[in-house]
Amino acid sequence: MRILRILLEKEFRQIFRDPAILRIIFMLPTVQLLLMPLAADYEVKNIKICVVDYDHSPYSHKLINKITASGYFTLVDYADSYDEALGYIEQDEADLVLQVPRSFEKDLVREDEAKLFMALNAINGVKANLGGAYLRSIIIDFNNDVRLEWMQLPRFNPQPIISISPINWYNPLMNYQLFMVPGILVILVTLVGAFLSALNIVKEKEIGTIEQINVTPIKKYQFILGKLIPFWVLGLIVLTIGLLISRYVYGIIFVGSITTVYFFAGVYLLAVLGLGLLVSTFANTQQQAMLLSFFMMMIFIMLGGLYTSIDSMPDWVKTFTKINPVTYFIEVTRMVILKGSTLVDIRSHLITVLGFAIVLNSLAVWNYKKRS
Amino acid sequence: MNVIEVENLSKHFGKFKAVDDISFNVSRGEIFGFLGANGAGKTTAMRMLCGLSLPTLGEARVAGFDLYKDAEQIKRNIGYMSQRFSLYDDLSIRENIRFYGGIYGLTNKQIKAKTESMLHHLNLEEEANKMVKSLPLGWKQKLAFSVSLLHDPQIVFLDEPTGGVDPITRREFWTMIYEASDKGTTVFVTTHYMDEAEYCSRVSIMVDGKIDALGTPLELKEKFDSPNMGDVFLKLARKAKRGDN
Repeated sequence: MRILRILLEKEFRQIFRDPAILRIIFMLPTVQLLLMPLAADYEVKNIKICVVDYDHSPYSHKLINKITASGYFTLVDYADSYDEALGYIEQDEADLVLQVPRSFEKDLVREDEAKLFMALNAINGVKANLGGAYLRSIIIDFNNDVRLEWMQLPRFNPQPIISISPINWYNPLMNYQLFMVPGILVILVTLVGAFLSALNIVKEKEIGTIEQINVTPIKKYQFILGKLIPFWVLGLIVLTIGLLISRYVYGIIFVGSITTVYFFAGVYLLAVLGLGLLVSTFANTQQQAMLLSFFMMMIFIMLGGLYTSIDSMPDWVKTFTKINPVTYFIEVTRMVILKGSTLVDIRSHLITVLGFAIVLNSLAVWNYKKRS
Repeated sequence: MNVIEVENLSKHFGKFKAVDDISFNVSRGEIFGFLGANGAGKTTAMRMLCGLSLPTLGEARVAGFDLYKDAEQIKRNIGYMSQRFSLYDDLSIRENIRFYGGIYGLTNKQIKAKTESMLHHLNLEEEANKMVKSLPLGWKQKLAFSVSLLHDPQIVFLDEPTGGVDPITRREFWTMIYEASDKGTTVFVTTHYMDEAEYCSRVSIMVDGKIDALGTPLELKEKFDSPNMGDVFLKLARKAKRGDN
């Protein structure tokens, strides 16, 4: 115990003696958490639309007004012809062309049926899909308005209509920040933990001090613990800063208990740091350690379920996400923050991550060799 | 009594025999000079004796413990000062002493007493709270040597402790080695300075992984009919086939 205390004393002294590192540890996550959620948003806005109105009737004006007033579309231009409108798409100045035919109002009034034409720029598939869907729902809405206007309050509805009224559980306003901020926080905690721990032992290898440690009767687990604990504390500090930002900047209030998040984070950090330390025992230079952890972190983050839904990944990737600690922590933060899940609800996550922590740290201790 | 007993010790890296079948003994209180050109295998041999490197073949006992079975026991009884500077640059002198003392299991009281006497002895009282990186090399080396003696080891291994150090500091350093030896500590030292070889109780000269000569400086000078150790060294080292590393 005393040896561990001596080791910790030394590690903390060294960490707090390097103001540049300290600034990076605290400044970067803060800045990222302030900026990233504003940009990382699945909602598609500012869809550029170009309208070709051959009809120029009150109804076509009403429809176009309704579209531009929805907030999702920005009107690029009223084009005189479809060819001109297509020109905008080719120049990438428009995402979408809506063409109103010459007889739109006439058909609507006389035939009770009118046709519209929509052309989408599908280079960005997500934007095209969502843009088309938004436009369609606005047009349906417009259609209902027209119907309501003409209806002479019949005794019964001539056509049976099934209408759906959804309730959005756990995130009623479909607020993306509520979904993204906890995820981004997880990534930041992971990055700080993994990189710092990966670089640390290697640094001692590079300077040569590790040799002096190896010639002392220190136990391997003592040395690894001495490296693990300081970064564990730093990780929890970063988490705390992040939680404060999400509370006071993004107004995210936990439905579940904050202790649950900390408890899980504590176990999770052990796994991430274990991985970093394992990298550190393998690598001989800081560059090697940096590249190796960068490579792993990229995969972990991309496949962690923050940016893309795991449910829609191919099966073999899904299997991989099961051994990705990041996946578990992102899920848990969302469960606890949005749904109010308790330790009992997240127990399988907890046990899995604890398993990772034990395996990775044991490997790190095993692979750290005092004698070569 | 022998504190180091080495029999047929070898270390191979693939086909390269860094240390090739060496045998020797060192008795308590000796200053044992371990000489050899660059790449002769001195550091590898020393690293094996310190339990940092696993031998390929051979037997050795250090401080009465078997090199294979009781490496960690050996580590309690030896001090080691590597070629590369081994103290933490970003810790102060006092903090370095506390760290290494603590790792060897010294109590706070012992550390405090050792620190004060060491600072006094090295005349570093004024600098005690300065970062080690701000010290001149000579002072750093003397400090590193003192730190390697913190836990009163039976044997201290010094790997080129005076490399790059000015002559005055070198002289002071050797005074410290003699003081340690007088207290009964065995000193195992490698060096490239032949005047330093003259100060040793016994000297071994390694050539291409093997020990080519072993004896007191006087014996070696007579045997090779040389006026000084430098001449002895040149006569032996010239036939080396291995180059600089």
